[in-house]
Amino acid sequence: MSIAGKSQKSAKFRCNRLLLTAVLGLYFIYTFIPIFYVITASTKTNPDLFNTFGLWFSNDFHLWQNLRDLFTLYDGIFLKWLRNTFVYATVSAVGSTVFATLAGYAFAKYDFAGKKFFYALVLGAVMIPQTALVIPIFLLLSEVGLLNTAWAVILPSLVFPTGVFLMRAYVDDAISNEIIDAGRVDGAGEFHIFSKLAFRMLMPGFTTVFILAFVANWNNYFLPLVVLNSPENFPVTVGLANWYATAVGGTGGVLLYTVVMAGSLVSILPVIIAFLIMQRFWQGGLGAGGVKA
Amino acid sequence: MSGTVTKRRPKSRVIISKKIAPYIFLLPFLLFFFAFLIVPLLYAFDLSVYKKTLVGGTRFVGGENYVKAFTDPKFWDGVLTLFKFGLMQIPIMLGLALLFALILDSGIVYAKSFFRVSFFIPYAVPAVIATLMWGYLYGPAYGPLTQVADALSLPRPEFFSAGAILPSIANIAVWEYMGYNMIIYVAALQSIPQDLEEASMMDGASAFAYAAKIKLPMIVPTIIVTIIFSIIGTLQLFAEPYLMINLARNVINTSYTPNIYAYTLAFTAQQINYSAAISFVLGGVVAVVSYVFMLAVNRGDDK
Repeated sequence: MSIAGKSQKSAKFRCNRLLLTAVLGLYFIYTFIPIFYVITASTKTNPDLFNTFGLWFSNDFHLWQNLRDLFTLYDGIFLKWLRNTFVYATVSAVGSTVFATLAGYAFAKYDFAGKKFFYALVLGAVMIPQTALVIPIFLLLSEVGLLNTAWAVILPSLVFPTGVFLMRAYVDDAISNEIIDAGRVDGAGEFHIFSKLAFRMLMPGFTTVFILAFVANWNNYFLPLVVLNSPENFPVTVGLANWYATAVGGTGGVLLYTVVMAGSLVSILPVIIAFLIMQRFWQGGLGAGGVKA
Repeated sequence: MSGTVTKRRPKSRVIISKKIAPYIFLLPFLLFFFAFLIVPLLYAFDLSVYKKTLVGGTRFVGGENYVKAFTDPKFWDGVLTLFKFGLMQIPIMLGLALLFALILDSGIVYAKSFFRVSFFIPYAVPAVIATLMWGYLYGPAYGPLTQVADALSLPRPEFFSAGAILPSIANIAVWEYMGYNMIIYVAALQSIPQDLEEASMMDGASAFAYAAKIKLPMIVPTIIVTIIFSIIGTLQLFAEPYLMINLARNVINTSYTPNIYAYTLAFTAQQINYSAAISFVLGGVVAVVSYVFMLAVNRGDDK
């Protein structure tokens, strides 16, 4: 049967294969054009950015000068932005993923009073518009004097309801009740079972949720825009958006055009590289939540 | 269990810990959940029933802000804009995601993992930077798309005009989130049991047709979830149009989307109380739209 099938494949199969690969290839070009544009724009002088073809390099290779400008403008504030983004994203992602894992484990493996109520709260939270939260958070933080500090960005980001939702589904899939009961029979306490038995089996799910949280926080714009006001506390997103507004606004900001592109390049490269390296991990864990839901 | 093995821990302790353990596991999450979600929400609701007046300070006005919000054409224009945006962007984005997921899953293309990973890359690019990149590409004076049109002596595309701005923003959103949804579909398709898959090996050329006919119906629950998340995301649109205000000054105003409106009300117009009411009405719109969609899906199932 399979041999017959294979011989049947030949011409038509190869034709389909080329056609579908070409479809994906077209979309790849679309995906890559903006990124390629950032690369070429980062290597140009400002006049060249306007006067040479956007999707190719100009004769004057200006990348190093743009990078030097990027890291020295306003006393090297861009480096601070990068560091801030890294700190905010890492602390928020680690914290929110640990909390989500513990909560997801509790929802998946225990029966307790209020379980349905709490879980409904978590699910409902996904629907709340950002402004409904960020504006009162701004007011509350200002009352406790945390406005314009790292905590103003990190503390609210520790709440990641989607992570709880994903981890619950993942725990359901990855850990059977028999394993937990076996641990109990052996006399292990509940926390021992979690830390020594369950957690290791949850690593793929943990990694997926961590990466989703890290990307969400790395990319966050609205919360830091509202709760931070001095430039040295900005993450890259808010800082670059400010420079961009200056550049487009046209008031002496022309110099910033290529610098903004160089800054965009510098801030997306680490995440893209991390994604490529870690792709084996993040693809596995996404399945559980999607299918279960 | 009948006493042949003596356990060091008394049984009662295990039972107690089993009852308390879930609460301790939940505690850190719930603590922050209450502090940074429930409390702000209650606080915002409290704000929304007051009004700041020049004379007499802040006073309780009950539902006045809500009545105002429900009849505020600026707010509903923003909601209407997002409906148009969603009806255009969500089907294109999820349609492409589904098509590509089925193609990748049927396994008949070259360089499968290359495409899978590269389509996901834009998700790692912050919305702010994606908007900057596309803003440059769209640029009327220096953008490469304008340059191409000039070179071919075609009329210059106007990405920031009143008619084109919505598709221009929708394109950015498709670029950003198509791959994310595609990966979710790929994962769902892969979790379908293997023995079904073997049937498709009989005739490789129809693998794609097989995937579309047999596998597609099996991932409908996943598709529904992605649609709901897309609706929620759409109704919260902020960064992309907000950053394009300077590029399309006459087209994108301070009430272009409800989130931009609420933000401007709170931080430019100093109308925090009214802004809170707007946010709540928006939350209500999100809930109603999601609920109506679920209802429609369930009714479709019954038939």
